[in-house]
Amino acid sequence: MAEYDDAITLRLEGIRKAYGVGTPAETEVLHGIDLILKRGEFAALIGPSGSGKSTLLNIIGLLDQPNQGKLFITGQSTELLKDIELTRLRASEIGFIFQFHNLLPAFTALENVMLPRLAELGHPNEEMRLIAAELIEKVGLTPWKEHKSNDLSGGQQQRVAIARALVMNPALVLADEPTGNLDTKSADSVFDLMREMNKTNGTTFLIVTHDPRLAQRCDRIIEMVDGNIASDKENLNVLKIGDNNTHIS
Amino acid sequence: MNPLFPFEWIVATRFMREGRMQTLLIIGGVALGVSVIVFISALISGLQSNLFRRTLDFQAQIVILPPEEIARPLRGLNYQKANKQESVLVQARAQRLRSIDQWQKVRDQLLLMKNVTVVAPVVSGAGFVIRADANRAITLTGIEPENYLRLIALKDKIIAGSANVTSSDILVGIELAKDMGVSMGDKLTLRTASGGTATLMISGIFDFGNKGQNQRAVYVAFRTAQSLLNLAGGASSLEVNVADPFSAENIAQDIQAQTGLKVESWIATNAQFFSALAAQSMSNTIIRFFVGLTAALGIASVLVVSVVQKSKEIGLLRATGTSRQQVLRIFLLQGALMGLMGSIVGSLMGWGFLMLWRGIAKNADGTPLFVINFDPMLFLYAALGATLVGTLAAMFPALRAARLDPAVAIRG
Repeated sequence: MAEYDDAITLRLEGIRKAYGVGTPAETEVLHGIDLILKRGEFAALIGPSGSGKSTLLNIIGLLDQPNQGKLFITGQSTELLKDIELTRLRASEIGFIFQFHNLLPAFTALENVMLPRLAELGHPNEEMRLIAAELIEKVGLTPWKEHKSNDLSGGQQQRVAIARALVMNPALVLADEPTGNLDTKSADSVFDLMREMNKTNGTTFLIVTHDPRLAQRCDRIIEMVDGNIASDKENLNVLKIGDNNTHIS
Repeated sequence: MNPLFPFEWIVATRFMREGRMQTLLIIGGVALGVSVIVFISALISGLQSNLFRRTLDFQAQIVILPPEEIARPLRGLNYQKANKQESVLVQARAQRLRSIDQWQKVRDQLLLMKNVTVVAPVVSGAGFVIRADANRAITLTGIEPENYLRLIALKDKIIAGSANVTSSDILVGIELAKDMGVSMGDKLTLRTASGGTATLMISGIFDFGNKGQNQRAVYVAFRTAQSLLNLAGGASSLEVNVADPFSAENIAQDIQAQTGLKVESWIATNAQFFSALAAQSMSNTIIRFFVGLTAALGIASVLVVSVVQKSKEIGLLRATGTSRQQVLRIFLLQGALMGLMGSIVGSLMGWGFLMLWRGIAKNADGTPLFVINFDPMLFLYAALGATLVGTLAAMFPALRAARLDPAVAIRG
């Protein structure tokens, strides 16, 4: 078993996942994934549809269980944890940004950001409001903080989602196609914001994306093909906004 | 967000507000059901208490009588020796008017019993009232007003004079007074089958609202009746009231076991009345059950739809640190709140229906057909019942929501 290393946020050892286990339709979608993400890394997870990216992201996010293999979040093994303990670990160490339906429409932008802390503490308080307001300010949405999520544009909603993902000060943020639903300008803006949060807070980001242009702007690019990691490279030529090179090496 | 409210409350109320139309429709449905329950329950309970009062206003809950006299066939000594059965025709004996043996002791014994509130000795028998050429058969009852008036609502039925009879007074019904052409202060001669005669002054006229009783019932002082019925120092019955009228039968059996006397409770003597009450109560229960079931199914169906509609939001909540138990409580709370709000609106509607009914259902003289009591406990029980039904109805959808796989829910 791997020893705990303070610099490692995520460690996967031989993760396998199959659906329809025990039936004739049994299909293995992850074939023994090994992966380490260090603290403060900003990594892209790319690959064609059906390559197992979202399944892997769900397993890392403790939303799904592997059939085999070990998963360590900030050194803590998740193997024997009960559902409530997984929920607590997820709440404290992992932030999520999804492509669609990222916010609860019944709540304002500020309240959406407060939700993870509210679920943890049970009652709202002034401190969580201040923390959420500060994050809303960081993502540049203070004038819209009292607006319901349906009143916000797609880009604004993703910014709120970023603020919410960071409100618990997690070690790892998992983003599943966070810009997939946005126009190029909004996508760039949202991506820049994640990058900024990564640099400011030292939070590890793992971003699933189909957009090669955005993947090229990450420090590390992990490519999945048919349930395996096909390549895992440091991106030495990190692009900035406005660069036209969209080729993935 | 109000800091006083917990997370589950905040999310549940926001979800309900978000699906405003669904929420309002189901609250309306629950309210209608609760209003029917409140209205029917108050109506039936008013009707029953009215019947109950009309029955118990004019009769004691327990009546103690001397044991019946039995004719015993004589058996010869030779027959007993031969160990033979004697087959004879035994004619039942006519029951003469008798006193309860040592009734004062029995009375004292009864007064010591738990639950017994009043014991009144009564002398009762048949007689006639006579005035000039007119006479009428009556049932004469000799009473001690201080005890008897606590037992029977005679005082409330007096339309002239007073119910406190002295040795020279007589109380008659309005019909008898009319038949005999007498009024307050007039004299009537009373004669019994045993030959007792007295001329008494009418000190009170009552109206029981029943022609037969108004024609036949006559009240005189206890000692006057003893003298008229040739039962000096005796009491033909002891009439008893207890704290809980519905325990009368059990207490009557206890008294019978203790005293060996013949004891009859109002429950035994009004068996048909009780079966009518039981039938009414059962129909009320059936109505409540089906209305409750309809409301429960309504709440459950709305929440099942809500769980499906909100599955992505539930997934999102789970992904951002909301536990299964919290999701469960969010949906249970929605069910409870729908039930509670429905019951509050329904109670008000039920109260409105009752007021409307009170305005419509009147006797010819403008008095209410029967009194409907607005029991605050009925509203409280309706609120508690509807909240409980709402919570139970929400159990299945809430479990379904709590068991949702967040990964699947988010993917949709």
